Amino acid sequence: MRKHFSTYLEQVVEQNDDIIFITGDLGYNALENLVAKMGDRFINAGVAEQNMIGMAAGMASQGFRVICYSIAPFVVYRCLEQIRNDVCFHNLPVYIVGNGGGYGYGIMGSSHHSIEDIACLSGLLNMTCYVPGFVEDMKSGMDEMFAARRPAYLRLGLGKPLPAGVSLTSYGACSAANPHAKLTIIAQSPVANNLFAALDGNSNKENTDVFVVSKMPLQTLPAELSASIAKTGNVLVIEEHIAIGGIGSAVALLINEQGLKVNKFVSLRAEGYPNGLYGSQGYHQEISGLDDKNISATINTYF
Amino acid sequence: MEHLPLQGKLRTKILELHHKANSGHIGCSLSCIDIMISILKYKEAGDTFILSKGHAATALYTILNEIGEIPDNMMDSFYKNATTLPAHPAALKYASIPFATGSLGHGLPLATGIAKAKRLKKDTGISYVLMSDGETNEGTTWEAAHFAVANKLDNLLIFVDKNGLQGFGSTKDILGDSASAKVWEAIGFEVQEVDGHNVAAMLDVKKKLGDNKNGKPKLLIAKTVKGKGVPHMEDRMEWHYLPLNDEMYVQAIDKIKSDYNI
Repeated sequence: MRKHFSTYLEQVVEQNDDIIFITGDLGYNALENLVAKMGDRFINAGVAEQNMIGMAAGMASQGFRVICYSIAPFVVYRCLEQIRNDVCFHNLPVYIVGNGGGYGYGIMGSSHHSIEDIACLSGLLNMTCYVPGFVEDMKSGMDEMFAARRPAYLRLGLGKPLPAGVSLTSYGACSAANPHAKLTIIAQSPVANNLFAALDGNSNKENTDVFVVSKMPLQTLPAELSASIAKTGNVLVIEEHIAIGGIGSAVALLINEQGLKVNKFVSLRAEGYPNGLYGSQGYHQEISGLDDKNISATINTYF
Repeated sequence: MEHLPLQGKLRTKILELHHKANSGHIGCSLSCIDIMISILKYKEAGDTFILSKGHAATALYTILNEIGEIPDNMMDSFYKNATTLPAHPAALKYASIPFATGSLGHGLPLATGIAKAKRLKKDTGISYVLMSDGETNEGTTWEAAHFAVANKLDNLLIFVDKNGLQGFGSTKDILGDSASAKVWEAIGFEVQEVDGHNVAAMLDVKKKLGDNKNGKPKLLIAKTVKGKGVPHMEDRMEWHYLPLNDEMYVQAIDKIKSDYNI
């Protein structure tokens, strides 16, 4: 998604001279196009993420829209207070862009993973988190982010195209509603690709409604999602993020607030490091039950 | 000397606010009110100011009230419920308070970003920030300082309120003198030291530094006394925290009226 991001951003900055890009000293073999295109509006803040965010807020107060880029854990955790106090309290257009969300950096280890980032950021005043699953909702999220001129976090991951039969929506994407569906599946982030791989060849595929929710916090259940849950009474949530503060906990709260009746609710989520061992993104997904085989098996438990 | 009555008047207002509210942070505001007079009373078009040591909010509120940017009726609400004037500055309430501060180490990155933005827009004006000397303990100070030097931000002017005391001891005893001229000069700042209670001297040095477009960011080390103007508070760490009783308040007001010719 990083290459798609920089290519798309190149088009955006060409038409908008009020956008500044600051990197926390990362971007090799991905952002060179922006260096060339943006000139002195491309700034390397060095290995100093807190200052990067604080400066971005200062620049935004002077009329700029400012992107702060690093890998997801570095641009979220160390500088959380700067994001909260300097950016969010003042509702400034500073866009935190984190590459390799979830277990995206795999064997690089836990310092490079971000499986609590949405929990940290999505509750902050004025903040919107964009957690695209595919290239298309990444672009639509970026369009919305630049137009809104408010604080935002964009979590980048694997950059695959939207699967066939799935359409963009205001909150992300969804499959065509199935009147006979018996299961509502909600996914977030590129781990949605594992869901679609699981559905391919699964005999229960036609009995599911699939929603990919790419924006947090989720303040209300989208009408079609709410209607689907009312119809199926069964929910499966899939996210590459811990249970606390993620889409699963948000959906559970909203279901209860709306008084929807649910027979079975399963959350597949990042479990952290339950065996204390490390590996690729795929390895960690499998350990957490987020691989396509386990997702497929979990779907089958509903039927 | 021409500034003395104003310095005294604002001190009495600071004491009045704290006395009515029965609140602390008195020594911190008395330490830096003269610095703020030299910056805010003489602010020029295009200049920006951030109070990084947000715990000196009453000094900020009184000078902004003096120059007509906070109305009198609002001053009465200080520290009360439903106020726009809490103990540390709030966000998005007054144009002259661009950032809610209170957690240390935020003001310099913000001011550095403003200075860089001014440069990109080819705007004139100085980006001022007032920090405490204890605040230079914060790592963000050094992140921002190196950025400002590397980016030749000579439109950034830092005032350090160097009273030598911080939250729970003296700065020299805790992490050493991280607000020393030598340290900042070694990084690449142009540094001047000045009496932080002499407004005329600060105006003079401030102008010289601001006019010197030599590619170096500027640091003005203002040597101050915590609690300046109230003898029993001066250079005493506890007056970071303590409120005034009625007797102390009357004595303090009388002393200031006498010493500052008001």
